[in-house]
Amino acid sequence: MARRKKGMPELNGAGMSDISFLLLCFFLMTSSMDESMGLSRILPPIPDGEIKPPEIKAHNILIVLVDGQDRLSVNGRIMDVNDLKAAAKEFILNPTNDPTKSSKRPEEIPGIAEPVMVTEAVISLQNVRFTSYEAYLRVQNELAAAYNELRDEESKARFSRKFSELNEVQRNSITQIYKQRISESPPKDTRKKK
Amino acid sequence: MAKFTGKKGKKIAGFSTASMGDIVFILLFFFMVTTTMRETELKVKTEIPKASEVSKLERKDLTVYINIGTPIASEQARYGTDTRIQLDDSFQTVDDIRNFIASRREGMDEPDRPYMTTALKIDKDTKMGIVSDVKEELRRCQALKIMYNAIKAE
Repeated sequence: MARRKKGMPELNGAGMSDISFLLLCFFLMTSSMDESMGLSRILPPIPDGEIKPPEIKAHNILIVLVDGQDRLSVNGRIMDVNDLKAAAKEFILNPTNDPTKSSKRPEEIPGIAEPVMVTEAVISLQNVRFTSYEAYLRVQNELAAAYNELRDEESKARFSRKFSELNEVQRNSITQIYKQRISESPPKDTRKKK
Repeated sequence: MAKFTGKKGKKIAGFSTASMGDIVFILLFFFMVTTTMRETELKVKTEIPKASEVSKLERKDLTVYINIGTPIASEQARYGTDTRIQLDDSFQTVDDIRNFIASRREGMDEPDRPYMTTALKIDKDTKMGIVSDVKEELRRCQALKIMYNAIKAE
């Protein structure tokens, strides 16, 4: 019989790190770290048959059309997508009270004492079936940027803070002043394919 | 020379690797906590466009994913190169969205259902025709909260 040493033999911990490395590799492979980011939108509900959509005056509508070649036209004029934000802002804000652009009406806003002149502008976003998704999202993004900038400016003027730093009540009142009114109509150039 | 070679007979102390395992374990826990399991295997190419006004998804557990794009190379032999819709793990048509949304809604807690968001992961080369069809179908299913997935761009 071989002689044995007294006491417990020490456990070899070298293999431990290998095992955990394997586990680590497994989790690295199977998991994803990407955060979902994107543009949030609320789709309009399907209208009931009886309720008629409210009448909107023609000068309050900004027609933004993206055609099959991804060209952008705003109220019939060809425009570069980089100019869309400025054009949308000017249309909504209408600083010179141009009668061909959106009009304003006074409205009571909770959280703000005196009635505020709220714009009635509606942006009608139209596309055709052959518009590419990239061009469409680019336009959506520019329009969202226009509204975000307007809200930022308004909240700086009223509360001297950025829109993202406002509290719940203030944010609600600013959103009431500049509501995102983007109406989309389904593409009309071709019938729905089945 | 003895100054540099050191005393004879004294061995260099062994490098202890015992704590290595602990360090790797900590790394492992870090990854386990910060990442989420990949839920579905993407069968369509979804190269999502860039956008500057993106916001984060609020509740991942209340999100339903719809992927739209052309099938990836390994699936093209069977499914062709036409734009397709992937729900869960398989290719589906626009008409299947209704059942898909309904079953997902069933799986959620009652108070959470109105907050269900549909994340649309759409390839940037997709034509708007199919996207509009999907949106119309979602309107019919009363799944009105949607999100166009995009990468944050400066």
